[in-house]
Amino acid sequence: MQEPVIELEQVRVQFGRRVLLENISFAIEQGEFIAVLGPNGAGKSTLLKLLLGLIKPASGTVRVLGRPPTRGNKEIGYAPQHRVLEADLALRARDVVGFGLDGNRWGFSLPSARRNARIDEALEEVNALSFADAPISQLSGGEQQRLLIAQALLTNPRLLLLDEPLSNLDITREQEIVALVERVCRARQVTVLLVAHDVNPLLPVIDRVLYIARGHTALGRPDEIINSDTLSQLYGSNVEVVQALGRLFVVGAET
Amino acid sequence: MLDIFQYSFIQNALLAGCIVAVIAAITGYFLIVRGLTFAGHALPNIGFAGAAGAVLLGIDPVLGLFVFTIGAGIGIGLLGREVNERDTSIGVLMTLALGLGILFLALYHGYAERAYSILFGQIVGISQSDVLITIISSVLVFAAILLLFRPLLFSSFDPEVAEARGVPVRLLSIVFLILLAIIVSLSVQIVGTLLVFTLLVGPPATAVRIAKSPLRAIVLAVVLGVCYTFLGIYLAALNGVWPVSFFIAALSFVVYLPVRLLSPLWRERAARKGDLDKVPSAEKKAHETTTGQTAEQIPGTFR
Repeated sequence: MQEPVIELEQVRVQFGRRVLLENISFAIEQGEFIAVLGPNGAGKSTLLKLLLGLIKPASGTVRVLGRPPTRGNKEIGYAPQHRVLEADLALRARDVVGFGLDGNRWGFSLPSARRNARIDEALEEVNALSFADAPISQLSGGEQQRLLIAQALLTNPRLLLLDEPLSNLDITREQEIVALVERVCRARQVTVLLVAHDVNPLLPVIDRVLYIARGHTALGRPDEIINSDTLSQLYGSNVEVVQALGRLFVVGAET
Repeated sequence: MLDIFQYSFIQNALLAGCIVAVIAAITGYFLIVRGLTFAGHALPNIGFAGAAGAVLLGIDPVLGLFVFTIGAGIGIGLLGREVNERDTSIGVLMTLALGLGILFLALYHGYAERAYSILFGQIVGISQSDVLITIISSVLVFAAILLLFRPLLFSSFDPEVAEARGVPVRLLSIVFLILLAIIVSLSVQIVGTLLVFTLLVGPPATAVRIAKSPLRAIVLAVVLGVCYTFLGIYLAALNGVWPVSFFIAALSFVVYLPVRLLSPLWRERAARKGDLDKVPSAEKKAHETTTGQTAEQIPGTFR
């Protein structure tokens, strides 16, 4: 049995006196596709930053790929919460992807055939070759998201952290991104943590759900977690999970 | 018409002016992509206050200039990334500096010629040693930017991912502002407070609207900056009355205006074919965000 890709034991994260995550323990295996869910401000992005080594736990141990998390770990690919990319940057799609290859290295990258080939390869993996030389300001939210995923994949990571890649997308683009991430996850055997608001588009593809609320987490198969009992316990208040129109809806009785 | 080039002060002005134009255009590109345009406006003014203070204390105004701009550069670097918040703080800092500058000049009994020359520049009074100092410092700053190029661009574009990939984002931000402060302090002595800002922002602002890649934008900005400076000095020398600053600023504006107005047109055309899900404007993106969030409230809400 391989050791887990992510292992948290009794982890607590706090900013000043505000405790964001408390007593968190879980383990995630190689190649798993995990949806990270929970209300706004529950600590989903904080968890990703913890795994990236950008913030330190107040107590407990975090192990990522067998080691404590450190910045600059090439084995982790990361695409943060998406924002509208600036028009005035004079960047092409391939420049954005190129950052994933050597953006952290000092000096200047001269255009080379080898560098271009690697970038093209990454663009092809996310079906973005057709707009490789388009300015990023011309691209839609879904296209920009694909570039960020390609950028995150360029170092051949074993762990992929995607923060809200589905926000601001219409249903068709949403499905395209979900299918893309699933293909990448299965083909590369890379562990994926995908932060989302709505579990429905992800239900057919994910292995497990990591639900964060009130500083606590619950990890398990979607049906084990997204039910009235588990979520009520996690929230500490009455929560109903309703199935309607082939979708799951979480309805809260109170804040 | 060409005989003005025989005067050594014109030669020095052209040489020093063009070197400043080159390094200002390169630095200015990063200024724009990092959203630091306002800092580029504030630093020369803060530097003026430093020079005026030095004049009052009876020390070399150049020293006051460097101390104030580098100090302010580090301060701005520490202010963080939120552009709105940062610009407000810079604005307050700059008005304080200008107030101090005026106070220092008022307290100084005598004609503070060197402080005024920093305000307006002295491009036709440049000595050969000034030219040499400008060349050496510009080469050093150029080398530093070359060394920082990739991480600087990466952290300008996406500070979060850059940080996760191990780029020292905060440190880079401070180092960049120190480089900017050095460039500003050097250039201010030659072209004056007004023109530094023109050369920092004008050429790259035009270039990023035309060029498609960072490298091309920087090269174009350099070409534009050198053309403006050369033509500006030449026209001012021919005219004999109107100042260099006016000509350079006017040239910069005359080129920027049509580019700014027309660039949306050629950007549309440059977009690739078959772009079904293209989002044409920021307004529409903002609209999508709101509707997206409203829809999310239905399945995921706990309110």
